[in-house]
Amino acid sequence: MKINIILAGVGGQGILTIAAVLDTAALDNKLNIKQSEVHGMSQRGGAVQSHVRISDKEIFSDLIPQGKADIIISVEPMELLRYLPFLKEDGFLVTDSNPFINITNYPELEDLYKEIKSYKNSILIDAKQLAKDLGNSKATNMVLLGAVSSLLPLSDESLQKAIKTLFERKGEKIVAKNLEAYEKGKEVAVEFIS
Amino acid sequence: MNSNSTKKLLLGNEALAQAAIDAGISGVYAYPGTPSTEITEYIQRSKTAKELKIHSQWSVNEKTAMEAALGMSYAGKRALTVMKHVGLNVAADVFMNMSVAGINGGLVIVVADDPSMHSSQNEQDSRYYGKFAMIPILEPSNQQECYTITKYAFDLSENLGLPVLIRMVTRLSHSRAGVITGNREPQNEIHLSKNPKQFQLIPMHARGRYKHLVDIQTDILEISENSNFNEFKKGPNTSIGIIASGIAYNYLMENFDGEKCPYPVLKISQYPLPKKPIKKLFDTCKKVLVLEDGYPFIEEAISDFLGENRTVIGRLSGDIPRVGELNPDNIANALGFDVVINDKLPKVVSGRPPELCVGCGHRDLFDAINALGKEMSSQQVFGDIGCYALGVLSPYESINTLIDMGASITMAKGAADAGIHPSLAIIGDSTFTHSGMTGLLDAVIENTPITVIISDNSAIAMTGAQDSAASGRLISICKGIGVDESHLKVITPLHKNLQENIDLIRDEINYKGVSVIISQRPCVQLPKEKKDKLNELKKVTLN
Repeated sequence: MKINIILAGVGGQGILTIAAVLDTAALDNKLNIKQSEVHGMSQRGGAVQSHVRISDKEIFSDLIPQGKADIIISVEPMELLRYLPFLKEDGFLVTDSNPFINITNYPELEDLYKEIKSYKNSILIDAKQLAKDLGNSKATNMVLLGAVSSLLPLSDESLQKAIKTLFERKGEKIVAKNLEAYEKGKEVAVEFIS
Repeated sequence: MNSNSTKKLLLGNEALAQAAIDAGISGVYAYPGTPSTEITEYIQRSKTAKELKIHSQWSVNEKTAMEAALGMSYAGKRALTVMKHVGLNVAADVFMNMSVAGINGGLVIVVADDPSMHSSQNEQDSRYYGKFAMIPILEPSNQQECYTITKYAFDLSENLGLPVLIRMVTRLSHSRAGVITGNREPQNEIHLSKNPKQFQLIPMHARGRYKHLVDIQTDILEISENSNFNEFKKGPNTSIGIIASGIAYNYLMENFDGEKCPYPVLKISQYPLPKKPIKKLFDTCKKVLVLEDGYPFIEEAISDFLGENRTVIGRLSGDIPRVGELNPDNIANALGFDVVINDKLPKVVSGRPPELCVGCGHRDLFDAINALGKEMSSQQVFGDIGCYALGVLSPYESINTLIDMGASITMAKGAADAGIHPSLAIIGDSTFTHSGMTGLLDAVIENTPITVIISDNSAIAMTGAQDSAASGRLISICKGIGVDESHLKVITPLHKNLQENIDLIRDEINYKGVSVIISQRPCVQLPKEKKDKLNELKKVTLN
């Protein structure tokens, strides 16, 4: 069992929360993990990514080789496509549809969505709106995590447990909102993943 | 003395920091710098470290940090000093000389290199410094080894009486994995060196110490040759032998997907380079492929200078790209696997470089400087290291130079000496106390016509808004250095003050002498409580 996931976004969007849930669940299941992060200059509004690798065997490289990522999860639609060279032929692309526009040459959204939809196994969802509807737009990341949960080698229970563990110190209400967001993500992904 | 056999998920940097605590350090001395920062921050946050009263306050620069670590070692206690690769340039004076003097309590220097320059001006390889100083170098290959090697490094340092260098790279510093930690050693008691002359490097003593350093090189080599961190792994296919150092070993093994590597492999994590296993590799294999992150340090050392048919390939031969970091793919190529490195992206993907935060005070300062466009081009604006270096990029393009910590002031001075006027330096508050103050004194001595703008956000912002040594001290420092008080100004970089700020900067750049403008507004990344505290401090210093 081995899975390679790339998390993508813009510095400050908090992709590491998703990484932390995956790490916590994997560690709880006594699996091996390697997870790289970006610190420093790029964090200031630049493109950032995290490579998450989970396996029951020893993991060597901290970086995922090209063409070996099973899933790319992005919190921003253009950033999703930046890591395409890493995607496996039958790999999954999952992204929030809300653009983060801090550059002057950001593409037309229509063209961007068209490009994303041209890949098989692509999931484009308005995770931010779904999280907002549930009363916590900060839980966007958990909607995305829920959307890919059926593709992960981690059980539903262990992911939920990890969410609880991570948000515990922020109070019961925040835990509940994040779990709801996770459930919502599972629900909407059903139509994409069969 | 708690032992913990459950795995903790730690960054390479954090594993190293935990090991330093467990090795019984009494202090860590460092200046923040990517990718090394999290080592010190981990110790600062550690409850255990707090209980044990381990010193962890940031130092003003890497040189003061390393010297303080040496002082702690002088007293017999263990000390850690941490910096990024270019920080070692700042500390090079004490680094080279303390290797001659030797140490007393264990002293470990951690230097985090940044191949591919993710957050740096160059990709210098610190292993050359270790060799230059003739001290042992350790290069962990994974997070667990970061822990094990660091504990070992302190013992090695005390056994040899020498400082030991640990070389990290970005990808190991900033990647997490499960790490098993071990027992904690007690801290050393104060005990002075049995040989007090070792620290008195007047020539007559230094010659003896240097001779000693040269003499023990054979011991250091022998230790390296017998080290468990250097491992020869046999393989049936001797058409090629592979040397993989540090993190390169992981990228190599990734290519065999859990299977054994068919080629003989020498994994290197300790230097000086072990001669015996390298000879064995040459004796059994037709050629040797060297995989190392950074410069071709090993490859150059073992390449066939005299043409005796010892074929060595790597970065110098072009089998691995000469610049940039290693990854599983460029190593796959060197191994002859069929990998097409694909950098092509769909047309809709645009680059997204880093930028100054929305609401950042540097932005308003650049607006004011750019408004002076007719009177002064950006080629007369000398920049420095920090977030404001992003001012070289669009949309501001306000800054024309970025070389090293503190160079804005001194380059502006040299350019002014050459006849350029106005000559404007822009430097951050922490960079100013790190390396700008001495240059300002140079300018004050000659009353050189330069204007220095200290863009004071009261934080070491780029590395994560750590406390700046300059906070609340800039005015008194500038006065103390001798800046004329009528040309020492404070402005607040806000849009509503734009015209006022333009006028003030214009007046000062037209003055034919040293003027300093402190452009003061807290970093937007700072938490509110900290900002409020800084605003209070500002009122006090202004009165």
